Amino acid sequence: MADKLNKNDALFQFLLRLGDNTLVLGHRVSEWCGHSPVLEEDIALANTALDMIGQTQFWLGLAGEVEGKGRTADNLAFLRDVWDFRNLLLVEQPNGDFGQTMMRQFLFDAWHSIMLGRLMKSSDQRIADIAEKASKEVAYHLERSADTVAGLGDGTEESHAKMQTALDLLWPYIGEMFVGDEVDAEMVKAGVAPDPASLRDEYDALVGRVLADATLTTPDSKFAHKGGKTGMRHSEHLGHILTQMQWLQRAYPGATW
Amino acid sequence: MYAQMIKTAGTGVKSPEEMTDQERAFQARIDADEKIEPKDWMPDDYRATLIRQIGQHAHSEIVGQLPEGNWITRAPTLERKAILLAKVQDEAGHGLYLYCAAETLGISRDELTEDLLSGKMKYSSIFNYPTLNWADMGAVGWLVDGAAIMNQVPLQRTSFGPYSRAMVRICKEESFHQRQGYDIMMKMCQGTEEQKQMAQDAMNRTWFPALMMFGPSDKDSVHSTQSMAWKIKINTNDELRQKFVDQTVPQAEYLGLTIPDENVKLNKKTGHYDYSEPDWSEFFEVIKGNGPCNTERLNARNKAWDDGKWVRDGLLAHARKKAARKASAKTAAE
Ligand SMILES: [Fe+2]
Ligand SMILES: [Fe+2]
Repeated sequence: MADKLNKNDALFQFLLRLGDNTLVLGHRVSEWCGHSPVLEEDIALANTALDMIGQTQFWLGLAGEVEGKGRTADNLAFLRDVWDFRNLLLVEQPNGDFGQTMMRQFLFDAWHSIMLGRLMKSSDQRIADIAEKASKEVAYHLERSADTVAGLGDGTEESHAKMQTALDLLWPYIGEMFVGDEVDAEMVKAGVAPDPASLRDEYDALVGRVLADATLTTPDSKFAHKGGKTGMRHSEHLGHILTQMQWLQRAYPGATW
Repeated sequence: MYAQMIKTAGTGVKSPEEMTDQERAFQARIDADEKIEPKDWMPDDYRATLIRQIGQHAHSEIVGQLPEGNWITRAPTLERKAILLAKVQDEAGHGLYLYCAAETLGISRDELTEDLLSGKMKYSSIFNYPTLNWADMGAVGWLVDGAAIMNQVPLQRTSFGPYSRAMVRICKEESFHQRQGYDIMMKMCQGTEEQKQMAQDAMNRTWFPALMMFGPSDKDSVHSTQSMAWKIKINTNDELRQKFVDQTVPQAEYLGLTIPDENVKLNKKTGHYDYSEPDWSEFFEVIKGNGPCNTERLNARNKAWDDGKWVRDGLLAHARKKAARKASAKTAAE
C-alpha cells in the first residue's frame, strides 16, 4: 500500500474488506447447495449464502462509488485478481465437513455481528445504513451457527470430536480479525469504524460462552495467520475460488448477463 | 412434470355397484369437489397412489437442486447468483412442503428418503440431464419449471387437502422461476454471438427432455382413469404436453430460438401446434437409470445423506440431552 494513504483510499480498502468477506464466504457456503446433511440445512445454508451475496452487492457497490472510477460491484467481484482481494483468510478456507463449515461460519458470524453493531454508529451514514440492514440478517446467522456448534459439540462422541478438530484447525485464522493496520487507523480517525483490537474482548466472551455450551476446549495458541485482509498473502484456495466465480466474465469479456 | 408414470394402485375404476358404501360416499365427496383431509376415511389404493405421487414430486424438488446448484458458484453476476440461490432454496422448500403433505398419509420423510436413495422411488427424468452452459439456467427455469407449472396449476384443485394447499404455495414460486428463466434467455438471445450459441445449445438439449416430463400418452390407461376419477390427476399427459407446446413455441419465436423439431408448426385446423413425439426409448432408458446423469445424481444424494449421518445423530443426541436436563431441572425444582 502506498505511503500517502488518504482517507478515500483507506475507505475504499475498508469497504473491499467487508464486501470480499461476504463474497468469498457466500461463495463457499453456496457450494453446499443440495449436498447438506438434512433438508432444513440445505434451505438455511442457501439462505445464509443469499444474505451474504446481498450484503456484498451493498458493500462493493459503495466501494466502487467511493473509488470513483466507475467500477460496479460486479466489476469488483468478477474482474479483480487474488492480490486485490481483501477478505480474511478464514472465509476462503475450504468447507471440509459440515462441522468445519459451521465452525467457520460461527467464528465469522460472531465477529461479523459485533463489527456490524459498531458500524451502525459509523460517522459515514451510508455505512451505518448497510450495517443496520445486514446486522439483522447476521443476528440470525449467528443464532443458527452458534446453536449448531453447541449442538454438535455436545451431541455424540463422534460429533464432539469432529467439532474439536474443526475448532483446532480454524482457530489460527481468527487472530487476523483483530489486527489493525494503517487502513484501520485512518477509519478510526475518521470515526468510520472501530479499532479492530477493540472487538476482541466482546468476541472472546461470546465465543467462549458458545464453546463452553458445546463442551469444546478453546485452543491455547494465540498464533494468527495473516495476509488476507491486507491482500499481502492469501491462501492457495482463493485462486481456485476465483477461477470458478469469475469464469464467465473472464471468458466472455463485455457480455451482459 | 415432477411426478411421472405414477402407477395407480388398484385395478381401475370401480362401478358404483362394485363399490362398498364407504367407497361410494368417498367418491361422492370427490365428485362434489370436497377436499379429503388426512383424518378422513380413504381407500387404501387412494392413499398408496398419493404417497407415490407426492413422494416422487418431493424427490424431484430435492434432486432438482443439483443441476442448478451446478452453476451457483459460476453465476456471471452477483444478481444472477442471488436469484439462482433463491430459486434453489425455493426448490428445497417445495420438497419440504411436499414431504410434510406425504407425512399426513402415514409415511415419514426418512422412509421416503430411503426409498429415493435405494432407487426404489423415482424422481422426474428431466433432472438426469446435465446443465452444460449458463443458458441452461435460463432453459431450466423457462422450460422445466414451465412444464412443471402446466401440471401443478390444475393440481391446486386436487382432492387431497394437504397436497392441494402445498400446490397453491408452490405454484406462486414456480411461475416466478419461469419468468426469471425466460429473463436469462432473453439476455442471452440479445447478447453476443457466443451467448446466442449458448442459448440455442441449451434449447437443443432441453426441448425433448422437457416434452418427456409429461410422460408417454396415457389416454388409454386404466390407471390414469382411476387417478382422474380420484382427482389426483386432472389432465391427460397429452393434453398437458399440447398446452405446453402451444405456450412455448411463440415464446421461442420471440426469443429468436429454433425449436429442434422441423415438424413444429401451427395447425390451422386444430388451432394447436403440431410437434414430433420425443424418443420414448430414450425416456425409458432414463427411467431405468441410463440417463446421462442418473448415477451422479443418486450418488450425490447418497453421499450427502451418508456424510450427514453424524450430524443428524449429533443434533438428535443433543436435543435428547437438553430435554433430559430440562426435565431433571424441573423435578429438582419441584
Ligand atoms: Fe419447485
Ligand atoms: Fe421451480
